[in-house]
Amino acid sequence: MNYLGKDVQLKVVGTRPIRPDGVEKVNGRAAFGADVAVSGMIHAKVVRSPHAHARIKSIDTSKAEAVKGVSAVITGADLPDIPSEEAFVGEGPSNFREMSHNVIARDKVLYDGHAVAAVAATSAAIAEEAARLVEVEYEVLPHVISVEEAMADGAPVLHEDMFTQGVDPKPTKASNIAKRVEFKLGDSNAAFSKADVIVERQYKTQPVHQAYIEPHACVVSYNPDGQAQIWCSSQGQFMVRAFCAKLLGMDIASIRVMPMEIGGGFGGKTLVYLEPLALALSKKSGRPVKMVMSREEVFRGSGPTSGGTINVKIGATKNGRIVAAECETILQAGAFPGSPVGPACMTAFACYDLADVTAFGYDVVSNRPKVAAYRAPGAPISTFAVESAVDELAQKLDMDPGELRLINAAKDETKAAYGPTLKNIGFVETLESAIASQHYTSDLGEAPKGKRRGRGIASGFWFNIGGESSGATYVNEDGTVTVVSGNPDIGGSRASMGMMAAEVLGIEVERVRTIVGDTASVGYSFLTGGSRVTFATGMAVTQSAEEVRDDLCRRAALIWEIDADAVEWRDGHAHPAGENAGKFDPLSLSDIAAKSGRTGGPIAAKSSINAQGAGPGYATHICDVEVDEETGHVAVLRYTAVQDVGKAIHPAYVEGQMQGGAVQGIGWALNEEYIYNKDGRLDNPGFLDYRVPVASDLPMIETVLIEVPNPRHPFGAKGVGEVPIVPPMAAVANAISSATGLRMPNLPMSPPNVRAALDAAKA
Amino acid sequence: MATVNVSNQMCRPFVGDAEVLELEVDTVRALINELERRFPGLGPQVEESMAVAIDGVIVQDTYLEPIGPDSEVFLIPKIAGG
Repeated sequence: MNYLGKDVQLKVVGTRPIRPDGVEKVNGRAAFGADVAVSGMIHAKVVRSPHAHARIKSIDTSKAEAVKGVSAVITGADLPDIPSEEAFVGEGPSNFREMSHNVIARDKVLYDGHAVAAVAATSAAIAEEAARLVEVEYEVLPHVISVEEAMADGAPVLHEDMFTQGVDPKPTKASNIAKRVEFKLGDSNAAFSKADVIVERQYKTQPVHQAYIEPHACVVSYNPDGQAQIWCSSQGQFMVRAFCAKLLGMDIASIRVMPMEIGGGFGGKTLVYLEPLALALSKKSGRPVKMVMSREEVFRGSGPTSGGTINVKIGATKNGRIVAAECETILQAGAFPGSPVGPACMTAFACYDLADVTAFGYDVVSNRPKVAAYRAPGAPISTFAVESAVDELAQKLDMDPGELRLINAAKDETKAAYGPTLKNIGFVETLESAIASQHYTSDLGEAPKGKRRGRGIASGFWFNIGGESSGATYVNEDGTVTVVSGNPDIGGSRASMGMMAAEVLGIEVERVRTIVGDTASVGYSFLTGGSRVTFATGMAVTQSAEEVRDDLCRRAALIWEIDADAVEWRDGHAHPAGENAGKFDPLSLSDIAAKSGRTGGPIAAKSSINAQGAGPGYATHICDVEVDEETGHVAVLRYTAVQDVGKAIHPAYVEGQMQGGAVQGIGWALNEEYIYNKDGRLDNPGFLDYRVPVASDLPMIETVLIEVPNPRHPFGAKGVGEVPIVPPMAAVANAISSATGLRMPNLPMSPPNVRAALDAAKA
Repeated sequence: MATVNVSNQMCRPFVGDAEVLELEVDTVRALINELERRFPGLGPQVEESMAVAIDGVIVQDTYLEPIGPDSEVFLIPKIAGG
């Protein structure tokens, strides 16, 4: 059943109740991965490669093993040698063998920070001391960091068995180019002849980390009977279970994963790093093992998103109609194949109604950590380039950049550049709202001496996904309700799940408590990612609540001794459906719960579904900046995010997603970058030198929620967590261009880079 | 009959130059079976690695989704996310 339409009066969905996890987050009692402690637990540390690329000639663990208090030492030889097998993980296509080799190196290390061994001891300090005594003999090999270096003739090849896929004929020589992808509509090459104005430029983005505040952490207990328990924070307890089972050669049923609170993931916790090592150490030592990454290890050993080199060409007529577009996107995959080059190409022009468009790209390995997903993987990278080019096109055409986007905007029945005909999309609505906003029409004000002000606008798209999800609704003896979700709550899903259940049951949301189930207490759920949980798990929870509601009507009918069809549920009570049903006082949920034993036993329902038809997300952002001509510092003065959210279940959480995505995108735009030295070692593995925006850097991010309901969801919800990071880099770059007249094609637009561009322009 | 676009690069090794097919299929399962019958190897490729856009609605990892007699079907790479 759905709850859409003007006649439906929602009482809970769309309101802003206090967040259910707020108190324990504020008072520090929320239990994250590193907070877990179990009896007999020991601690482990990872030995990491200091080299970007080297062959492992030998590993001697004897000195480490001799340290008093050391219980076990493992190397790659302690994990099974699993065959090559395709996997589909957070980022997209991957391979379990490569995942295993990323967790711990076998014959070669492929990046600074690559794990080569792990040591478990009675204390973290002893483990750390012993880890320093593990002797690894390396044969250092030449390395490549950038995609240009990796693609150059004669470049050191990371994987001698890797031949470029997607090209014809198939290469006979191994290279660092894992794959070529292409999406094509019409004939862009020929269509450029119809253009009056053409913009063509190369752009570059840096790999950036998801910068979740909580480092990876876990406790693993492997029992002598072959059963294991894992406590960890991740974006998917079922993902951890499946990947650990695969990498350790265990049955899935032998592993139980308890999801802890998660201190941010943003895609970066859709993989395993520590858990398989802790499992192997626990098995070897016979003790529960705790592992916690330091911040340095997070930067050196876990995946950021890709950096990219993007070549864009766009042609338009004098009246602003884009007639041809092309985009080449080359993405860093890190040490193993699997960058988000496919979605980068598919999303590049997804905001626009284009007849002739080509997007192609390359997935390129280099000696850096294997990339992991990051909000809308790939889309921010290609969109930065395309939306910068659209802005430049508007400048050349002397048109308002918002109006130019509106002229070319994708709408219902537009054939997307990646193929399908679009339905139920709200992009035009975001543009119209942005263009008409007080922000967009306001005066920028006069800049202080030595500074310049400018305004930029940019748009973005993300698919959103559904998938397999489970939820359950339990009526407690006193008429309160427990909802169980199969997904870790990284963006407020406990609130939204409880609200949807409360809406269905007609009760106050405060009477519903939502928990995240472990892998043995709730049905399988795909991980929390792809902006899917409120959509997909929300559908499962809604269905389970509807089953409970129907059961409550049956129980009331039993109590009244009338037909179940003669009972209806309104405002949290069972009512006789009409005059003929008889006269009875309404029964509340509590009344019926009190008699649940007599009427058939506990009242509960579970639902496991494969949700399909997640509606796509569109966003348009407006950014005002002030550029300091002397220092090159860019201050964001005002920022507004406008987004089609389908239906906001809990608007404050939706606004939080939009604000968080915008801030991460601003950091990507202005400051964040990995700095490698000549030896391929990371020089800035910490938040002092890797600069993410903090609250004092930015104004309050203003938000505008556009609601074009998704008919496939009972309340109209669309995913909201990813598209907010897609427009910001171009919005900031376009604002800088408006302020200075300079096009900044390379990220980050940090003070030294902006200052250099200003100096070059003067020269 | 449903119009099935197989122009995506991931279909190319199996379908050659074919771009659009007219197929009498009423579910994704039937689509996979028919594609496999016509182009051996394409069925598993679609089932394991691709999403199916039916009249603009993207579905993946499902046999059950219905396909209408006049539906527009596009085969595209499977979508994930962060």
